[in-house]
Amino acid sequence: MKILPKKSNGSESSASQKHRLAVSRLETLVPILLIALATIVIMISIGLVLSLIFNTYRFFSLVSLLEFFTSKEWTPLFATPRYGVYPLVVGTILVVAGALTIAVPIGLVTAIFLSEYAPSWLAKTLKPILEILSGIPTIVYGFFAIRVITPFIQALIPETQFYNAASASIAMGFMIVPIVTSLSQDALTSVPEQLRTGGYALGLTKWEVTKGIVFPSARSGVSAAIILAVSRAIGETMIVAIAAGSQPSASWNPFESVMTLTGYIALVSQSDAPEGTTAYYALYAVGLLLFLITLTLNLIGRRFIRRKTGNVNV
Amino acid sequence: MKRSRLSQAALLGMGGLLAACGSLGSISDLEGTIVIDGSSTVYPIMEAVVEEFSKKFPNVDVSIGFSGTGGGFAQFVQGNTDLSNASRPIKTSEATLAQTNGINYHEFLLAYDGITVVVAKNNTWLTDITLAELRALWLPAGDNPATTDIVETNVPPTKWNQVRSTWPDATIQLYGPGTSSGTFDFFTEVITGKVGNSRTDYQPSEDDNVLVQGVAASQYALGYFGYAYYIENTDSLNEVGIKANDSAPAIYPTLETIADGTYTPLSRPLYTYLNTDKFANNEALREFMLFMIDHVKELTDEVGYVSLPETNYESYRSILEDLA
Amino acid sequence: MYSKRSRQRIIVNNMVSVIMFVLSMSSIVILAVIIGSIFSQGLSRVTWDFLTGFPSRKPDESGILPALVGSLIVVGGALLMALPIGLATAFYLQEFAHKRVFVETIQTLIYNLAGVPSIVYGIFGSAFFVATLKVIFENLHMTITTGRVLLAGILTMSILILPIIVVTTQEAIKTVPRNLKEASYALGASRVQTTGKITARFAFPNILTGLILSIARILGETAPLLLVGAAGFITFLPTNLFGSFTVLPVQIYSWIMRPQEAFQTTAAAGIIVLLLTQLLLSGIAIILRAVLQKRRY
Repeated sequence: MKILPKKSNGSESSASQKHRLAVSRLETLVPILLIALATIVIMISIGLVLSLIFNTYRFFSLVSLLEFFTSKEWTPLFATPRYGVYPLVVGTILVVAGALTIAVPIGLVTAIFLSEYAPSWLAKTLKPILEILSGIPTIVYGFFAIRVITPFIQALIPETQFYNAASASIAMGFMIVPIVTSLSQDALTSVPEQLRTGGYALGLTKWEVTKGIVFPSARSGVSAAIILAVSRAIGETMIVAIAAGSQPSASWNPFESVMTLTGYIALVSQSDAPEGTTAYYALYAVGLLLFLITLTLNLIGRRFIRRKTGNVNV
Repeated sequence: MKRSRLSQAALLGMGGLLAACGSLGSISDLEGTIVIDGSSTVYPIMEAVVEEFSKKFPNVDVSIGFSGTGGGFAQFVQGNTDLSNASRPIKTSEATLAQTNGINYHEFLLAYDGITVVVAKNNTWLTDITLAELRALWLPAGDNPATTDIVETNVPPTKWNQVRSTWPDATIQLYGPGTSSGTFDFFTEVITGKVGNSRTDYQPSEDDNVLVQGVAASQYALGYFGYAYYIENTDSLNEVGIKANDSAPAIYPTLETIADGTYTPLSRPLYTYLNTDKFANNEALREFMLFMIDHVKELTDEVGYVSLPETNYESYRSILEDLA
Repeated sequence: MYSKRSRQRIIVNNMVSVIMFVLSMSSIVILAVIIGSIFSQGLSRVTWDFLTGFPSRKPDESGILPALVGSLIVVGGALLMALPIGLATAFYLQEFAHKRVFVETIQTLIYNLAGVPSIVYGIFGSAFFVATLKVIFENLHMTITTGRVLLAGILTMSILILPIIVVTTQEAIKTVPRNLKEASYALGASRVQTTGKITARFAFPNILTGLILSIARILGETAPLLLVGAAGFITFLPTNLFGSFTVLPVQIYSWIMRPQEAFQTTAAAGIIVLLLTQLLLSGIAIILRAVLQKRRY
């Protein structure tokens, strides 16, 4: 829509005429240019999903769906290849669950502390530190895992293998604390102040108010925080590639080596599996599985946030 | 007096300049690309050669990978790499593929290696192992049709005292190369009777350094890889002597036992395969091969493998001249 | 004065406060331990020779220059590709698009892409960019035989940061006050003029937030670049778009995987360089944003 005033006396100068024409031309061209560039984004997104699906289809024409989901062995590179994804899933769950046992307590407590207890100067200094923690490249956590955490565990429990799930879990737990904290803190601070003052008016202590009023009100936001943290942990590669090992053992013992979904992808990428082999297509099947799991978790997590804050733009 | 000082300084300056020119003169501004891939056992030799080569030819892009002998050949027979390192000779199937794709190559013997079975430094109880025990340790589960003394539906041992009763009652931790590795092919063929015939519940990696770290960390761990990786890590690993049978003496891999063949059956040759068409068309590759011939003996010795006599490498020079 | 029950409740309350404080400080402690252990091991190794040297089989002679150069090129290249597309998409969605359903579907698509694990981008990069580049090289009869080149790395990183840029730019555009835009329209400006001269200028400092996040993200990515061909032993500067390349995290990873203790020290030194580079680049962008925010009015 053009909101250019029309000169009533017909004595518009040619300069201003040219300007008006240029503007109106721009007005039609620029949106087209923007649409064109925006379409690239759409095409890339669709292309990403399609390439995963296409190569996964080729994989399942070589390996049955049944074997993929029910077989308990993952030996794609050996003489008798087996393609059961179960050991990879066990490995992933083991590492992620361990990470949560560290990240959820520390993360939630820190969030509660920052939103309910800490004086503002302390909250202001703690927040940037948490931002720094979340910006550290994951390879640093991986390095820390094998240099500090693994020897520590081995000192406590001598039968621990050098590459083990526990070490990766702990490092990953540290890594996702900032996610849990910042999202939970958002949920907690958005609880209306009246609820708290009402509690105090009834004579409750601060802890009772926090435990009984604030925290339950923030339940969906906190759930979202945890779900999104889980999604992040499942997709994490370098910590497990460095510290967790490459043995798809399907063992629930955290002091042994495991292979996670992401660990397999990292392993295959290094040995440059020849194109066209089943092991190469297995890469995409695992990748698609990873994509779908994290997508589902993200959708659920965002739904929780939307329900809590009524913010549709999440 | 001042004049003589000046002339002294001038002489020094000129001498310095000449010296600098001399060293600068040996740096070439040749440009080009070389792609190398293949065995992780041979990798340390190639890495050393590439590094020294790059000091003389800094504008040549050389990239080396360690996808494993099998992985390397898969790329090589497609014409994607210039040199393929291998810790076993090329298979007939791979050679046929190369022929189909019109890839012409030449095999060069680089050195000898003895696959070393290793344990952690603090492992005091596993100092030698018989071939039969090694086989029992690595034989896969299930039937083994290629073996001569048939073990019906084999169950791989999980504790050390199942292999030798005097060893501890502790869980076995195994590390070894992945299935793309020539070391894997060679070891399985020689120890279990058939290429690729290996138990699958061990920690595989094409990166031998990963195996070193894994084995070094626990006294209940055992692994196998090329001799150079053991030599690089003698402060954290012990080598295991190989006994032909219970009464035979244990032979440990050393440069001598590998060279004269007494370290058997785990001694094997290391190769690199050159794409001869690319050699003819790529000046950087030609310079690289000539450089390699001049330096590979000292670098192989430095890395820890058994190098060939100098005359062997010299004979390659005439081969290369014919190929150019 | 207080009943026994009340005293109990007060004691519990005070104990909890203390426990909360201690547990929360553990985040700082963890950070300090991680950074401290790495600095103490690696700092002495960060010398001028290390910063200007090339990787070597000898740990004490290894240097990080190719990785540093590679990282800077990948960051710059990815931003160069992603910024125009990302900005255009964000402005289109916020200011120009009319159809509600269309906008919402793209919106959901982009938000979900932002949460996809980095390695999936790596898989896509290897399936699409590496494979396509290889075909292009073959058809143009170039001597390069693989698609695992610097350009593939740049392209993969650019689609990684695309959702981040779109989302943060949209948020930035939303902060522009309505009355500013309405005043512009009232003066007779067109939509394009308003968007270009008023909205963009006002939102620009906050758009930089997307830039800052992207820089830090790209510098720290390892797995996707491993998948598209970043190597661990490059003896030349990776300035050729169609040649092999490496980046800081991948170089560090290759050192970590070598068992010799001296290589672990080298890896620690590499991590220090990585963190400082992140700090430096992000710091420059943050300062720029602060300066521009002050000058807005």
